[in-house]
Amino acid sequence: MKAIQGIAIYVLWLRELKRLLRARSRLIGTLLMPLFFLAFMGLGFQRMRFPGMPGTEYSDFLLPGILGMSILFSSAFTGLSVLWDREFGFLKEIMVAPVSRVSIVLGRIAGGITTSLFQALAILAVSLAFGFRPRQWVMMFPALLLMVLISITFIGLGLSFASNMRDMQGFNLVMNFVIFPLFFLSGALFPLDDFPSWVRAVARLDPLAYGVDGLRAALLGSSDMSLAFNLIALAIFSLLAVALGVWFFEKSDSL
Amino acid sequence: MLPLKTVKSVIKVKKLAKYYDKNVAVDQVSFEVGDGEIFGLLGPNGAGKTTIISILATLLRPTSGYAEVAGISVGGNRDALRRQIGIVFQEPALDTKLTGRENLQFHAMMYGLAKHERRERIERMLELVDLQDKADLLVEKYSGGMKRRLEIARGLVQHPRVLFLDEPTLGLDAQTRRHIWDYIRRLNREERVTVMLTTHYMEEADFLCDRVVIIDKGRIAAMDTPARLKDILGGDIVNLAVPEGGEPLMNVLKDRPWIKASRLHDGQLSLTMVQGDKRIPELMQTAVQTGTRVTAVNLHKPSLEDVFLHFAGRSISEEETGHDAQFRFVRHGGRR
Ligand SMILES: Nc1ncnc2c1ncn2[C@@H]1O[C@H](COP(=O)(O)OP(=O)(O)O)[C@@H](O)[C@H]1O
Ligand SMILES: [Mg+2]
Repeated sequence: MKAIQGIAIYVLWLRELKRLLRARSRLIGTLLMPLFFLAFMGLGFQRMRFPGMPGTEYSDFLLPGILGMSILFSSAFTGLSVLWDREFGFLKEIMVAPVSRVSIVLGRIAGGITTSLFQALAILAVSLAFGFRPRQWVMMFPALLLMVLISITFIGLGLSFASNMRDMQGFNLVMNFVIFPLFFLSGALFPLDDFPSWVRAVARLDPLAYGVDGLRAALLGSSDMSLAFNLIALAIFSLLAVALGVWFFEKSDSL
Repeated sequence: MLPLKTVKSVIKVKKLAKYYDKNVAVDQVSFEVGDGEIFGLLGPNGAGKTTIISILATLLRPTSGYAEVAGISVGGNRDALRRQIGIVFQEPALDTKLTGRENLQFHAMMYGLAKHERRERIERMLELVDLQDKADLLVEKYSGGMKRRLEIARGLVQHPRVLFLDEPTLGLDAQTRRHIWDYIRRLNREERVTVMLTTHYMEEADFLCDRVVIIDKGRIAAMDTPARLKDILGGDIVNLAVPEGGEPLMNVLKDRPWIKASRLHDGQLSLTMVQGDKRIPELMQTAVQTGTRVTAVNLHKPSLEDVFLHFAGRSISEEETGHDAQFRFVRHGGRR
């Protein structure tokens, strides 16, 4: 049965929300890391100018990158929550329910988006408090949409990896060999203009590159590619990632 | 073999097999479970009990053979089958960061229960396992026995036809185990649900089950009611203390057709027979007739332990100790 069951998606989302709000230390920890990044790198590289960098402060240039980073990590960690559930047995409770596997994946995605957007919006709020202003307030809407799409893309990817794994060790490997390269290639911290052309070619395949560039287009008004192009590219990536996630999850159906 | 309480079967298993590479977990197993029965799979660790339950619950695909629950094949409409069953896994499967009630609510919503039905069923199930007072506590604060009860309640929320219980009292102390047994009996009666449980505790199978399958190394060794399984061993042993000699009594009794074996040793007359408790009056009468003074009588009922020993050539508990140590080792290695 391929049906999408709204109530199951809702309750999976609700569970994730409750867990998020109850895990105070996790909540604070995930907020602090990107904020430290923003504060230290923003201050440390205050006078830096990169060739091809938009004519703004480095801290402004950095903000979309840090937003992308925080969403990348928290979304990919949704895969880890599947592994946690496997470790603690709860995954069986989910798998034995008369719910289509698509609904389960969608429920996980809904929960993951909530967690990572919560984090990203908190970072944005802190930046606003410290004087950051988007070029136009109305551009917050496409920025929000971009953040959701980044989140969906990497949750889909995280679920695909988690479905093929039995333990957490493997996931750490993925973190080091997939997530970090995606992060550095995305141009979140610096423009890739001075890198060899093959590196830039590879970076074209990095969904986060479109996310970060799109966020710069929306929030700063200057970017490599147009906002619309970034949005479309990211939408395609997120659809592919969800399809991949569902496919692997259904394949790993038997525990 | 036909199930006891009724001829209608809710579980049918035919020549079911599950191989892991060359390792045989379940080997050509066939049985049927009748509607309303408490049916037990009894066997040592590694016998294949969990594998059978996982196949019936659609969590594992069999290598070959056929299995159905409530008329639905395990290879057929899995969601339809899943709606008919409740299951308590061998390892805990609760979200410890949620409260007891929240765990049940999650479950009820996953099974698509309507709001009013949800509330009513959850309250009723909490009541059934006496957890109303603790329902709003985080599950991480629960004791082992409370967690087990909560899982049993959860398995019943959606009104299943069949409830699977995989080692429901594993790791619980004797008193808690007794309580769980009472709950299982009560739910079987009050919820009119068929129960299929696995265990490696003899007393558990004996106390709870209408019928038992003894399973060893993936194969069925025997299947019947606990009473009849024990009868296979030739029946009970009645010991008569005869300090002044029992030769005449033994000579008379030897010719009775219901006496399977007799032996006189150390002033004790040991007699093997079916349903020894019902024969004691006749034995005493015969003793009086032959002028034998009997100073004490004791009756030893064979246990399922003896039955397993008879079929497998070794005792379950022997197996048990070695495996437990190994299990503990794996747990330590696997968890940080
Ligand atoms: N995933 C697996 N891969 C390989 N062998 C397995 C797997 N799961 C179970 N087995 C083996 O199948 C046999 C039956 O296991 P199981 O059904 O768990 O037994 P029980 O529940 O009776 O203790 C055991 O020998 C076990 O080692
Ligand atoms: Mg088992």
